[in-house]
Amino acid sequence: MTKIVKAHAIHKHFGALHVLKGVDLEVAEKELVFVIGPSGSGKSTLLRCLNRLEQPTSGSIEVAGIDMLSPKTDINHARQHIGMVFQSFNLYPHMTALANVMLALRKVAGKGKAEAETLARAALERVGLADRGHHRPAELSGGQQQRVAIARAIALEPKVMLFDEPTSALDPELVGSVLEVMRGLRESGMTMIVVSHEMSFARAAADRVIFMDQGLIVEQGPPAAIFEQPTHERTRSFIGQIRQH
Amino acid sequence: MEEIVANFFNAEIATAALPLVASGILNTILLSLMVIPLGLAAGLVLAVLAQSKNPLVRWPLMAWVDFFRAFPPLVLLVLLFAGLPFMGLELGGFACVAVAFMLNNSAYYGEVLRAGIDSVPNGQIEAARSTGLSSTQAMTYVVLPQAVRNVLPDLLSNTLEVVKLTSLGSVVAVPELLFAARQAQSTTFNATPIVMAAVIYYAMLWPLVRLLSRLENRALAGRH
Repeated sequence: MTKIVKAHAIHKHFGALHVLKGVDLEVAEKELVFVIGPSGSGKSTLLRCLNRLEQPTSGSIEVAGIDMLSPKTDINHARQHIGMVFQSFNLYPHMTALANVMLALRKVAGKGKAEAETLARAALERVGLADRGHHRPAELSGGQQQRVAIARAIALEPKVMLFDEPTSALDPELVGSVLEVMRGLRESGMTMIVVSHEMSFARAAADRVIFMDQGLIVEQGPPAAIFEQPTHERTRSFIGQIRQH
Repeated sequence: MEEIVANFFNAEIATAALPLVASGILNTILLSLMVIPLGLAAGLVLAVLAQSKNPLVRWPLMAWVDFFRAFPPLVLLVLLFAGLPFMGLELGGFACVAVAFMLNNSAYYGEVLRAGIDSVPNGQIEAARSTGLSSTQAMTYVVLPQAVRNVLPDLLSNTLEVVKLTSLGSVVAVPELLFAARQAQSTTFNATPIVMAAVIYYAMLWPLVRLLSRLENRALAGRH
């Protein structure tokens, strides 16, 4: 299986804080990897290093064959291949849903107006919001906003999608619609790395679950193994905690 | 009563002074159309540069802003007009007003715009950058439109001040509204032209003041 993400010995310091202490992560094409762990374990930072929203202190990262840390790499070009979805959606509030999706198509991918609009409409349709294109983010529910954010990312046809706690800011009744879209992406063969504690979704959809703590990967394996028979005490107590919620 | 009317509201004098005062209005408008965009552009440059994390950029910027906010614009104007000729550089009234106002306004507009940029959450930039937009594109398409909207009342309020301050041009013989009115007053020995100028300033600025109040009320309402 071709590895589409190859990250090795990633270290990240924030001042005196050592957030990532040598993390290795390889993700195969079409794989869905779940990353869980307590807050402060470094899971979000790891995700943000992969598209260089955070600059790792040391290590190597290759995504879709591009050396992400080389000074010769055109980072803006490389990021087209890496979609990212944020906990707080981060839609542009001054633009309609359609314009949110079109912006990078126009300015980064260099599409003409008509083509960008066609592609943006197709992306909105994929997330079930074909009829919401002319709405501003403030007129949409949280779940709809997050789906527009997903459309904004997938419209660029990325090779990998990064999800940073995509459902944690949502009311419980809106979580399902976002997970539904993610499931659809999964079925279409998208490679996905998801930081989230949606255990039932992980169980149903993930190929692999990674448990991180204190800046290191503690253990990883198929969801059933990690959730039912974790080998490490720390994993066991963490899974026990999120179960209670 | 009659004396007041004769000296301040004299119809005959007003008619005679009208051409001169009208040319003053035109110059005030021209002056405003020149100094407002110049100040906004310079302020925008300062505000964007202020986002830099490099202290070698930030410190001189802070010094610049502090200096021109503390420096009275009238003193600056007179200094340019009366001082530069000693260096063999004679700019003329219009150009002196342009330069003085650009320096002064860059600091004020710059601070307002900087506050606007700071009011846009960092997640907006991250989202834009994650889709491959460059930092300049993220600033242009995502941050600045929101920043300007967030500080629109302050921008407008500052702009009102700028229009009023163009009357300082009269000190360096720029024939704007106040200068023209003063000229008419000294040739007619009557204060009516000054009253005309006051009424015209009011008529020009009152709609902007109303607009500002509405924007401020809306901003307050939005906060609740």
